[in-house]
Amino acid sequence: MARTITIDPVTRLEGHARITLQVDDRGALVAARFHVTELRGFETFCEGRPFSEMPMLTARICGICPVSHQLCAARTGDKLLAVQPPATARGLRQLLNLAQICQSHALSFFYLSSADVLLGWTDDPDRRGIFGLIAADPELARAGIRLRQFGQGVIERLAGRRIHPSWVVPGGVRSALTPATRAWILEHLPEARRTAALALERFKALLDGRLQRDARRFGDLPSLFMALVAADGSWACSDGALRIVDSQGVIVADRLSEDAMPSMIDEAVEPWTYLRFPYLRARGRIDGHYRVGPLARLNVCSGIGTPWADREWREFRQRAGAPVVTSSFAYHHARLVEIVACLEGIARLVDDDSLCQGRVRARAALNANEAIGVSEAPRGTLFHHYVVDDDGLITRINLIIATGQNNRAMNLALEAVAREELPWPIGPGVELPAQLLNRLEAAIRCYDPCLSCSTHAAGAMALQVQLRGADGQVWADDRRP
Amino acid sequence: MTAALPPAKPRLRLATVWLMGCSGCHMAFLDLDEALVSLADRYDIVHSPVLSDRKVFPEGVDVCLVEGAVSSVDNLAMARRLRLRSRLVVALGDCAVTGNVTALRNQHPDGLAGVLQRCWGQAVPPADSPLPPLLERVLPLHAVIRVDLVLPGCPPEPGCIGRLLASLG
Ligand code: SF4
Repeated sequence: MARTITIDPVTRLEGHARITLQVDDRGALVAARFHVTELRGFETFCEGRPFSEMPMLTARICGICPVSHQLCAARTGDKLLAVQPPATARGLRQLLNLAQICQSHALSFFYLSSADVLLGWTDDPDRRGIFGLIAADPELARAGIRLRQFGQGVIERLAGRRIHPSWVVPGGVRSALTPATRAWILEHLPEARRTAALALERFKALLDGRLQRDARRFGDLPSLFMALVAADGSWACSDGALRIVDSQGVIVADRLSEDAMPSMIDEAVEPWTYLRFPYLRARGRIDGHYRVGPLARLNVCSGIGTPWADREWREFRQRAGAPVVTSSFAYHHARLVEIVACLEGIARLVDDDSLCQGRVRARAALNANEAIGVSEAPRGTLFHHYVVDDDGLITRINLIIATGQNNRAMNLALEAVAREELPWPIGPGVELPAQLLNRLEAAIRCYDPCLSCSTHAAGAMALQVQLRGADGQVWADDRRP
Repeated sequence: MTAALPPAKPRLRLATVWLMGCSGCHMAFLDLDEALVSLADRYDIVHSPVLSDRKVFPEGVDVCLVEGAVSSVDNLAMARRLRLRSRLVVALGDCAVTGNVTALRNQHPDGLAGVLQRCWGQAVPPADSPLPPLLERVLPLHAVIRVDLVLPGCPPEPGCIGRLLASLG
């Protein structure tokens, strides 16, 4: 008799989810599944509304990365107006994006994943999470809280509020950088840099020690990787072109415009999850799966372009001993390297007087009926695709979100971890290893999935592992306290 | 925050719950930043998607902050459970208070089936699907359980959340 293991809810994720493991009659694992159980239907109610409202409305997809949706919606709006925002506005949007990636990565590393990466695998639920870190390492915990606060603080000062600001608009932004904000950023950057250095130091020491095996093998899988890169191939989070590399590091597509997205990417649907599965049409549903996000960005780029981040990037790649880094666990390290890239990028941008002056918005009437915008969100490449009527009302919208693009990888990472942790073959009444729940959840958390975004859904998180037989019967239902 | 509290006040058990929202209200709560650390002087966080790893909503909760509207059978069950086990239920943010953006899906002329068909490609999950059914209409929290306090905003200001928590006893 076959069986299924379910984890519900998955905690410390941004969204509602559950995990099941399905085994066959002989007790062998046939599938590990990550179920996203909510759907919000943003596409339906965006249609019929003006495109100019999209930065505000699509921000409500996600409170962790509202800025990503705003930037992508505004970029799509630029193209509907057929304008290029003034250089000042482009620089300011970039500054906002860097601050956002910095705060989101700090949330992932210090609040959500610190138990997986810093504290060691513990069974005490009260010791997992930020309060566990506060107890174990108050200096690092406070520094982590303040690093997120720095990123949120930049957003607040630049755009008016931390969550769902209304500053980015089609054609540009609403206001320039003020001298006071610039001074605030300059004053707080050194502390943020110290925190990034401290986190990297602690984390790399663990990679050399306790985490050595996880670093290489945890959720290791081959895949394609996709991200934006700048014209010279370096790391970019806005204003770039798409590049795709395979797990050997061979560039399989380069200099692609986001306008190629509809012909390049298709989305599959499965009956057991509301989260769709985007894939590259040319390679098909299975082989065409690709990963996005911090790991993908560091794998596809040919450098970061700022000195400290470049050193960290080289070391990140060297540690893997392979041309590209394929372990899911490496996402955590990649996030820290990107925090460095963001801080250096912010320093470089605020050094430039031009962000404090000049035009910040290009104005035009509607000049196109269809446009696609792209932006690198903290969790990966984000696409907004709008078709509008002559009044600028949306008649068709599609949003391709980072977490969806990592959907297949998350399922494969679960499968890899389940194979390692479960005693096979497995029969009814088996004791599930205590580690199993933690490790399965941790496999998903590597991807820092934002389920609010990906189903344009939301919700609280849950983890229950359910073991189900081939006949669908539940063999074991393990819930953590 | 701590300094303002009379030392005699008892410790309280705090839970936060995420129904259907964007997580922005939880992020506003995290925007208390270092005040979160002093919050722990007064509150035990016994259940929270972002601050705790406890899977089961416990008994004997003093204050429960609820983000999001009620959109699925799971949300409904959770709302009822948290009501039974909490002394004070706070609707945190506009989705919980009015339905807000989450309730915009109610406008679809073909109802839930139309939303699913458009966004997921199927109007109903198959009978053996493990997905919990979604409700035909998204509802604000007060439509399904008694709510003691509301804190509006999309999201509410972090300072308001902090002052609310400091004032409860
Ligand atoms: S009220 Fe606003 S911030 Fe809060 S969950 Fe709803 S959309 Fe998000």
